[in-house]
Amino acid sequence: MKVRCPDCDGEIDVPDDAIAGEIVSCPDCGQEYEVYFEDGELKLKPAEMVKEDWGE
Amino acid sequence: MVKVVVVYDRVRYEEKALQRAGERLGVTVSLVDVKDSFIDITKGDVNPEVLKGDVIIQRCVGHYRSLYLTAILESMGIPVINPFQTALICGDKLLTTIALRRAGIPTPKTYVAFTPTGALKALSELGYPAVFKPVVGSWGRLVALVRNEETAKIVIEHREHLYPLYQIYYIQEYVDKPGRDIRCFVVGDEVVAAIYRYAPPGEWRSNTALGGRAVKMDVNEEIEELSLKAAKAVGAHVLGVDALESKDGLLIHELNSVTEFRNAAPATGVDIAGKIVEYAVKLAKR
Repeated sequence: MKVRCPDCDGEIDVPDDAIAGEIVSCPDCGQEYEVYFEDGELKLKPAEMVKEDWGE
Repeated sequence: MVKVVVVYDRVRYEEKALQRAGERLGVTVSLVDVKDSFIDITKGDVNPEVLKGDVIIQRCVGHYRSLYLTAILESMGIPVINPFQTALICGDKLLTTIALRRAGIPTPKTYVAFTPTGALKALSELGYPAVFKPVVGSWGRLVALVRNEETAKIVIEHREHLYPLYQIYYIQEYVDKPGRDIRCFVVGDEVVAAIYRYAPPGEWRSNTALGGRAVKMDVNEEIEELSLKAAKAVGAHVLGVDALESKDGLLIHELNSVTEFRNAAPATGVDIAGKIVEYAVKLAKR
């Protein structure tokens, strides 16, 4: 499905099988968003930035 | 039927691969984003409801998030891949070195110091080049190759202005590796795959997170034996073992308890996710 980038209004293509926590990025401005669901509705919020303790 | 719960905070290749493996193998694999949830740790039984399963695969990318969540889940009686003790040791390079040494596993010579003076003294004995590594950290982040005292002082000065954990000076001999290192994957008591990780141009670190290239490695007796020994030493169910090829044989330098395999699976053709799910089912039935 297509979702508008909250930052630049670009068109973000979100896969139909996207799950909560999945990261999508805006092809126009590059901003990364995380998919989440509210009352069954797919929404986007700014993704967490890489933190100091991230890894394997 | 066994229910496998995969807890995560960011969906990567690995989490999706585990879910697909579940579908393929006819195993219920439930993915749970735990990032925004909360848990009553005084309750004793598993909560929130979505975490109820027979076995948990811990996949959080945030180390502390992952570590504490594992502690909670284990306290509620669910087996976690990997156990808290394993995550604690593997998440800390200093504790890892101690565990490797105690198990008699060859590892690079490592000094630890607690002040700039101590660090410089350690370096004058260890010699240059040497490698500074934060005790907690991953993907090669802030790992610094130091070729002389002047650079060492710069690294130390920067470290002195960071969180106190960065002032645990973990200093390792530089192993003159052939432009690559090894990542070996252990699932249960089996080595399932291994890759060489070639450092990208202009970079001495070979972490695939830094652009290192993965190439299949044929598992030989040496890497197999050392990897299984390492997994046993830290009580791991699933482990990514990092090894360096030195002139005296392999040296194990790091262990990864939430190992990534997005590069290794296509490079080796091994269904690593499938092996992990199968193992998780076995563990749940144990």
